[in-house]
Amino acid sequence: MRHYLDFEKPIAELEGKIEELRRMSAPDGINIADEVARLIDKSAHQLRATYSKLTAWQKTQVARHPDRPKAKNYIAGLITEFSPLAGDRAFADDAAILGGLGRFRGRSVVVLGTEKGSDTESRVAHNFGMARPEGYRKARRLIELAGRFGLPVLTFVDTPGAYPGIEAEARGQAEAIARSIEACLEAPVPVIATIIGEGGSGGAIALAAGDAVLMLEHAIYSVISPEGCASILWRDAAQASTAAEALRLTAQDLRRLKLIDQIVAEPLGGAHRDSKQAIDAVGAAVQTALAPLLSLDAASLKAKRRDKFLAMGRGSLS
Amino acid sequence: MSWLNEVIRPKIRSLFARRDVPDNLWHQCPACQQMIFHRDLEVALKICTHCGHHMRANTSERLAWTLDDGFNLIELPKVPADPLRFRDSKRYSDRLKQARDATRMDDALTVAHGSIDGQRAVVAVMAFEFMGGSMGAAVGEGIVAAGRLAVLQDAPLIIFTASGGARMQEGSVSLMQMPRSVIATRMVKDACLPYIVVMTDPTTGGVTASFAMLGDIHLAEPGALIGFAGARVIEQTVREKLPEGFQRAEYLHEHGIIDAVVKRTDMKAALARFISLLRIKEAA
Ligand SMILES: [Zn+2]
Repeated sequence: MRHYLDFEKPIAELEGKIEELRRMSAPDGINIADEVARLIDKSAHQLRATYSKLTAWQKTQVARHPDRPKAKNYIAGLITEFSPLAGDRAFADDAAILGGLGRFRGRSVVVLGTEKGSDTESRVAHNFGMARPEGYRKARRLIELAGRFGLPVLTFVDTPGAYPGIEAEARGQAEAIARSIEACLEAPVPVIATIIGEGGSGGAIALAAGDAVLMLEHAIYSVISPEGCASILWRDAAQASTAAEALRLTAQDLRRLKLIDQIVAEPLGGAHRDSKQAIDAVGAAVQTALAPLLSLDAASLKAKRRDKFLAMGRGSLS
Repeated sequence: MSWLNEVIRPKIRSLFARRDVPDNLWHQCPACQQMIFHRDLEVALKICTHCGHHMRANTSERLAWTLDDGFNLIELPKVPADPLRFRDSKRYSDRLKQARDATRMDDALTVAHGSIDGQRAVVAVMAFEFMGGSMGAAVGEGIVAAGRLAVLQDAPLIIFTASGGARMQEGSVSLMQMPRSVIATRMVKDACLPYIVVMTDPTTGGVTASFAMLGDIHLAEPGALIGFAGARVIEQTVREKLPEGFQRAEYLHEHGIIDAVVKRTDMKAALARFISLLRIKEAA
């Protein structure tokens, strides 16, 4: 059963009809095949029209789509010999951040990903992608490991944000995030970050201060969730769609503001309609982004990364 | 580094030209509700003479309490105002203008250089009274400028934090100030210069999760609220009552996140001591 978003209703109806017709045994006088072909054409047209002009709020919903490929799908699709590594060596292993060694296109790499989970059970297990200090400390440990062994770091970011909990604060959530950002910035190896779904604030930037930051076409990246922003600035969480628009959180906005490096096109109708195609596109984009960085020595890599971030925020939409 | 040549010129700012005339001769302590005569409060560095509560202080007070006489403010690099052309019930550009008029500051960060008990230092102060001390491009750029200045002057960097977090009206531009400010702290550390953070009430959100938590030494004023997530968000998420003293300076000290809780009256001496203990090179 496909999960349709509210604004996909016309598409849902068309696809429902197609399904229905296909299940019917051919009644006399109607050429079902022709009718099905006509509807398929119509629904594809509808899908293209809808997805070519998604609003910021619609993109937010697509970015959070339950069937959208998650970090573990990207790892499974792009990384061979994935060997998970666990824990911050001090307190716990945080399942909200996956990490480990593996091979990307045959090259040994360190992989990190914030994992939201894909069904009730796994969502709870991964804490809906909201990491605790242990998660960011694991990230930092693995980035430092990558640095010592000269392995590129690939991160896949999909998180509503860092976990806001009592224990998380007590164990230094802010410090853990700050150190993880620092680890990305200080890494003597290439760091390629891809925002695959939701790039939620500090919890996202903790894994995304990289040489190349890629963003999927319908992913979002924001300093605060539209709901959170609406409840603070509009004093009404129902204004989330207005806030989403105002926050300029789409990949297209971030590219225009020169805050990300590249947008990766999604399959028609969003990554959730064709996970494999989306994952392959990310793989190709990561490879392209990584290639020119491999020849740089640690010092130039770090200097280039610093300069990139230091140049940010000096531009604006106009 | 070209901007530094232009920027290093001392700039006498309206911040100090203005003589503060108190609106009220008596102030009420927000903690114990007792009234305090304004002159007594001034002498006590805005610490309640009844209960010891550290009231919020403004930038000129902080600088005067911290630096020896004769310090200079630096002009910070300009950044594009309102990069997203943001508007909620009001335009962000109007909010900015309002905050500038009310505070006579350009944004929520001021950077000065001078000395602390005779030892050279660069001091950056966040102003909570300027849009909640929120961090947008101007604050980020200011932190970077402060880091560069510290390196250039071979001086330690001291930052007084006070912030509600990110400047939402600058969206992802604001988010990117987290890595940018982290880079600033690395510049100082790479030059083997001390970086000391003094957390004041409140220090939260993206500021805490970036440069504020990367100090060589973390000090905080008594009772200061310091944390990443807001208390309300945490309560809504965990659905339980927050423990007594949660996210207060003393709580963070207990949890190993800050080195010491230091009374405002002892802060300058503490800073001077830490700088001198760390800078054996200079003393030799
Ligand atoms: Zn009092």
